[in-house]
Amino acid sequence: MNTLQLTLGPVLFYWSRDDILRFYSEAADWPLETIYLGEAVCSRRQQLRGQDWIALGKELAESGRQVVLSSLALIESESDLRRLRKLVENGDLQLEANDLGAARLAQQQGRPFVAGHHLNIYNADTLALLQSLGARRWIPPVEMDRDTLAAVLQQVSSKGLNIETELFAWGRLPLALSARCFTARHYNLSKDDCQFRCLEHPDGLRLNTREQQAFLTINGIQTMSDGCHSLLPHLADIAAMGVKAVRISPQWQHTEHVVAGYQQAIQALNSPLRPDIDLAPYADSRLVDGYWRGEAGIAAIGEAHAHS
Amino acid sequence: MPATRPLPELVCPAGSLPALKAAVDNGADTVYLGLKNDTNARNFAGLNFDDRTAREGIRYAHQHERKVLLAINTYAQGGDISRWHRAIDEGADLGVDAIILADIGLMEYARRRYPQLRLHMSVQSSATNYEAINLAQELFDIRRAVLPRVLTLDQVKQVIDHTQVEIEVFGFGSLCVMVEGRCLLSSYATGESPNSHGVCSPAKFVRWEHGSQALGARLNGILIDEYQQGEPAGYPTLCKGRFEVEGDTYYALEEPTSLNVMAMLPQIIDIGVAAIKVEGRQRSPAYVAQVTRTLREALDAAGREPQRFSVKPGWTQALSKLAEGQQQTLGAYNRPWK
Repeated sequence: MNTLQLTLGPVLFYWSRDDILRFYSEAADWPLETIYLGEAVCSRRQQLRGQDWIALGKELAESGRQVVLSSLALIESESDLRRLRKLVENGDLQLEANDLGAARLAQQQGRPFVAGHHLNIYNADTLALLQSLGARRWIPPVEMDRDTLAAVLQQVSSKGLNIETELFAWGRLPLALSARCFTARHYNLSKDDCQFRCLEHPDGLRLNTREQQAFLTINGIQTMSDGCHSLLPHLADIAAMGVKAVRISPQWQHTEHVVAGYQQAIQALNSPLRPDIDLAPYADSRLVDGYWRGEAGIAAIGEAHAHS
Repeated sequence: MPATRPLPELVCPAGSLPALKAAVDNGADTVYLGLKNDTNARNFAGLNFDDRTAREGIRYAHQHERKVLLAINTYAQGGDISRWHRAIDEGADLGVDAIILADIGLMEYARRRYPQLRLHMSVQSSATNYEAINLAQELFDIRRAVLPRVLTLDQVKQVIDHTQVEIEVFGFGSLCVMVEGRCLLSSYATGESPNSHGVCSPAKFVRWEHGSQALGARLNGILIDEYQQGEPAGYPTLCKGRFEVEGDTYYALEEPTSLNVMAMLPQIIDIGVAAIKVEGRQRSPAYVAQVTRTLREALDAAGREPQRFSVKPGWTQALSKLAEGQQQTLGAYNRPWK
């Protein structure tokens, strides 16, 4: 059995430059195989610019981690494309392509890349196609359930596809992207004059139903789950399926405890011991795993099937 | 401005055979339809086409020299994707004028099996920039791409100027505020999304709760909105409900509005848009007839006299009766969009 690796996804929230640098100086010491970094959500977020991310990435790479630059997921303007080209052409660090345009640029440069979950790979044919363009690793869509993934991975191995699988395994789920900024909207500001209010919400803004059920998270142009997706209870199954790595999505506090908990759980996979690891104290919302079980993504861990 | 810009095709929805005929009879250049299964992103009970109705619809459209597009715009799921392959085979066999695909793996299949078949890139492919579109052109020779409803008019022009692929944009109908193909809100709440099941906020999960004070609209138990007596109640599409953020209760994501680009038709023609798409395969034949007729008139008027074009009150009236939530917006085409 291969040992599952741990990765750190890009920070999906808008943090100040100092906070970002502090976060990564700490993360450099965590037991991570790969660190993804860069602005994947909103082109107006430029506390660090492309060159800064590249410089930070190179610095982190010296600590022995693999470093991958995550591309913006919604590429609309020529300036978005210019920034993307700079990322692809940096020469040293690989790219996580979160858009087909990014995949094309990486392919043109002959550079291997990671196919991000926004590329919507739901079957082995599509995966094989991305692999032929240069994808060396892929992240399945966050909504993909265990059985669908198992079926795809079975075909990956029967086709002899040489590609690694990495799962989004912890954090608020990135669910939707829009041209509209919901944080700006909340403050009655236009998107082009958003005053960067996302900086005030390092874990996003909680959206409740009218009966106070915590439901979603507003993060600028991105809508996320309120529930914290956790695949911790399923790691043995995940490892057995041939998944290579699981991704922790950064949060404002306690990311280091989450990484440590996952690391402990992964080490225990090869021993008869089953440590009781409780990460609930490190999430500031309910733990959910419905997607993995083929349910609504909002279904909490251990929650029985909700019937329509 | 070149006076010889061809008019964009008017592409209208056909959720049923009567709707298809209504579109053709009222001036649609092209209709688009889906099959009765989860290979299409408007997979609602009682809608869509089987082999017999598809053949009849295609015969009718072709008889009137109009085109028919088949939408296979969900993502092929998991280990057995023969259903999607069969849908493509069926489209080729029916003799549709093009197939609209979202999944690039399916584009590859279609190109390999049917070299002559015209392929369109679905809005569900989330191709918002010309690099993404040109990738699909190089690999599969796609002939047209439908842009997600998130770009400004200038950004649409930028795409058109950098690709050989025809560009289709949405012109009228229910507004998705999210990038199509990149929205999983529906599966987060219900387990079924447009990408996987071809549905958003599926009706089987909807419950109406009649309370003494208010009418509650729930989706899989989640309260999407509630309406006081006398307030018009809308279908609980989950991005169109009222929610509470930091103590404010409001349409936190989107009001129930309809997109209507009528006022922009001269600019849309001018930048070289190849086709304008009307949303609404789940709508009635009467709706399709009315929208098609109105947009046909407006489009022809904008083509004849772009400089003097103005929206006629009669058109606005006709469309506002059909608009969701009775409001209309230019959406993302217009920059200061909140």
